[in-house]
Amino acid sequence: MVESKSVSLRGKNILGLEYFSPDEIELVLQTAKEMKNIISRDIKKVPALRGKAIVNLFYEPSTRTRSSFELAGKYLGADVINITAGSSSIVKGESLRDTLLTVEDMGVDAIVMRHKAEGAPEYATKVVKAAIVNAGDGAHGHPSQGLLDLFTIRQYKGGFKGLKCAIIGDILHSRVARSDIWGMRKMGIEVHLAGPRTLIPRFLFEEKGIFIHDRIEDAIENADVINVLRIQLERQKSGLFPSTREYARIFGLNEKRLTLAKKDVLVMHPGPMNKGWEISPKVAYSSNSAIQEQVRNGVAVRMAILTLILTGGKSNEITA
Amino acid sequence: MKLLLKGGRVIDPANGIDKTADVLIEDGKIEQVSKNIQADNAVQVIDVSGKIVTPGLIDMHTHMREPGQEAKEDFASGSRAAAAGGYTTIATMPNTKPVVDKAILIDGLKQRAREDAVVNIEIIGALTKEQKGEELAEVGDMCQSGAVAFSDDGHYVQNSRVLLNGLDYLRTFDKIIISHAEETALVEDGVMNEGKRSAMLGMKGRPTVAEDIAVMRDILLAEYADAPIHIAHISSKNAVELVRQAKKRGVKVTSEVTPHNLTMTEDMVDMADSSTKVNPPLRTAEDVKAMQEGLIDGTIDAIVTDHAAHAEEEKDREFRYAPSGFPGLETAVGVLLTDLYHEGKIDLPLLVEKMTSSPAKVFKLNKGTLSKNAPADVTVIDTEAEWIVEKEKFYTMGAHSPFIGRKLRGKPIMTIVDGRIIMQNGIIID
Repeated sequence: MVESKSVSLRGKNILGLEYFSPDEIELVLQTAKEMKNIISRDIKKVPALRGKAIVNLFYEPSTRTRSSFELAGKYLGADVINITAGSSSIVKGESLRDTLLTVEDMGVDAIVMRHKAEGAPEYATKVVKAAIVNAGDGAHGHPSQGLLDLFTIRQYKGGFKGLKCAIIGDILHSRVARSDIWGMRKMGIEVHLAGPRTLIPRFLFEEKGIFIHDRIEDAIENADVINVLRIQLERQKSGLFPSTREYARIFGLNEKRLTLAKKDVLVMHPGPMNKGWEISPKVAYSSNSAIQEQVRNGVAVRMAILTLILTGGKSNEITA
Repeated sequence: MKLLLKGGRVIDPANGIDKTADVLIEDGKIEQVSKNIQADNAVQVIDVSGKIVTPGLIDMHTHMREPGQEAKEDFASGSRAAAAGGYTTIATMPNTKPVVDKAILIDGLKQRAREDAVVNIEIIGALTKEQKGEELAEVGDMCQSGAVAFSDDGHYVQNSRVLLNGLDYLRTFDKIIISHAEETALVEDGVMNEGKRSAMLGMKGRPTVAEDIAVMRDILLAEYADAPIHIAHISSKNAVELVRQAKKRGVKVTSEVTPHNLTMTEDMVDMADSSTKVNPPLRTAEDVKAMQEGLIDGTIDAIVTDHAAHAEEEKDREFRYAPSGFPGLETAVGVLLTDLYHEGKIDLPLLVEKMTSSPAKVFKLNKGTLSKNAPADVTVIDTEAEWIVEKEKFYTMGAHSPFIGRKLRGKPIMTIVDGRIIMQNGIIID
């Protein structure tokens, strides 16, 4: 187990990658590597978090984030329960504050939170003492996704420095984009953003290493990595682009556009995909695609996060 | 009953006075302002040497929440907050439940204010029925019940025909319209200024261009109707410039600004704490500077608090879902003195003017002056007193304010309404 330069996340809340140092990111990625070995074993369970209780508090629907946090906790021996908005007292109008306090009173060690409102996890840290892990808050951040994207990039590319990554699509409403931008910049990846201008925030990150393009071709050109963001039908309904058909034709990642990138370009997508809109099925399932691997890595990265914040990640506890 | 305030620095912008003098109050009226007034036995003498004596402060823009939202604030709590903050007259906005859009509601509120309030309350009526922006409310009727002005505050009057009708119709009654100028479609769901910080946080923004468009349209309509319009809580640099140009060519436009838009920026927005959530939002340093310049060159006529208390549990939640606004009556003087006067940005007589004679002029009120026989509304300010803003000490019911915890220098130490001391050293005397 790597104990890198006395960096520790023990007792910390995971709110956004803007708060991470490169060393802390490195610690998570290295720990995740160990975790990935565990998942590939026949018997996956380790007792690292035995006796710990984790609540997944999800105010929005989720398949992969929620189940991967749940499996991550369970592989590590923690007790994990799920609270979802539709099937809890949230329906009866219980406030976030009261829900958090109720969960805390049951003695949980960490709360993994997904919420529509930006800053809700940060607000939660002021309400309860349990560690808060942001599993996505509005358009603000999705730090575990940002970390698993970095983990996936390193797996295929061997490193970060000097890589060119294109992030394509709805940057405006995307928490994944924001976490990726923070994480990638901190690790030395050049970030190129493109999509319809109605979906690119004004005043975004006017700083070194971040480029905004009007045509996605310009962002894709020579890219080492392309991250395609999910496009929501709701955005079309609110008039941000004329039709999904037009979106696919002009802003979708298809085989032809893929040829503009480097030959060994890595294609990523946080899921769930709208195949035929933002990404063509052929690209999604091509040999360049790491989309399935992202899901596998998601469990490992989330195991790393939970271990690091709850135990500090002592090797004897993990591999015992 | 006579009261003599002795030896203070009297700043009375309405009369061009800024000198050390005594102020004699008799039977609820200002009797005399001059040096060395001799006191006879029947006079209560208060030594205010080293302090500032001004006409009672006037706030043209507050939310007292009556009727219907008394869990947030009411006349009793809100007017005490006003008195604690040095205000002797406050105007309250009509975006209540129900909306104040009928004379009977004005009558009822005036009755309640007489019973519960410790300062003068002016009532602003709704310009349109239920503030829906569709048809004019019975503004003439409301004028006869004593409405001071009309506003759909909280909402922009989107329909230009409706606003133009209002401007024309109110000529008969000589009352102003106060416009909450934000183009609705551009600010929908926005929770903070659209800028670098909103882009970073992923929070939906309210762009300054929404305010600029709305202010420009209002100016053009006022110019066309040759009628007065007052721009509420201006906050955008470009909007200030639009008002400046309009004033130059003789348009009857006036404007107001809040202490927070004069001193705070979007960088102070904390996504875990809705205390800084307010409409219009905290803008950039450039906008703040433009507000200060507008105040100095006369583009902006008044400083208003936009005092908007909410119940503690309403504000104590996710930023996005928390209501906008915070109380400001008890912190305005302290914030303005600390950040503008003590920083050497704006001098004392100008600040006093924007909080007394100038708003009185916009509203055409016989207040905001220490002229002989004017109502004896007087405020005494200690510019040097240092204090820390604590919610436990608020008279307002609102418990969330971005100023809580701040160390301020300067505060009102006495508030006199109609010749009666109602606040001394921060304590309300009932």
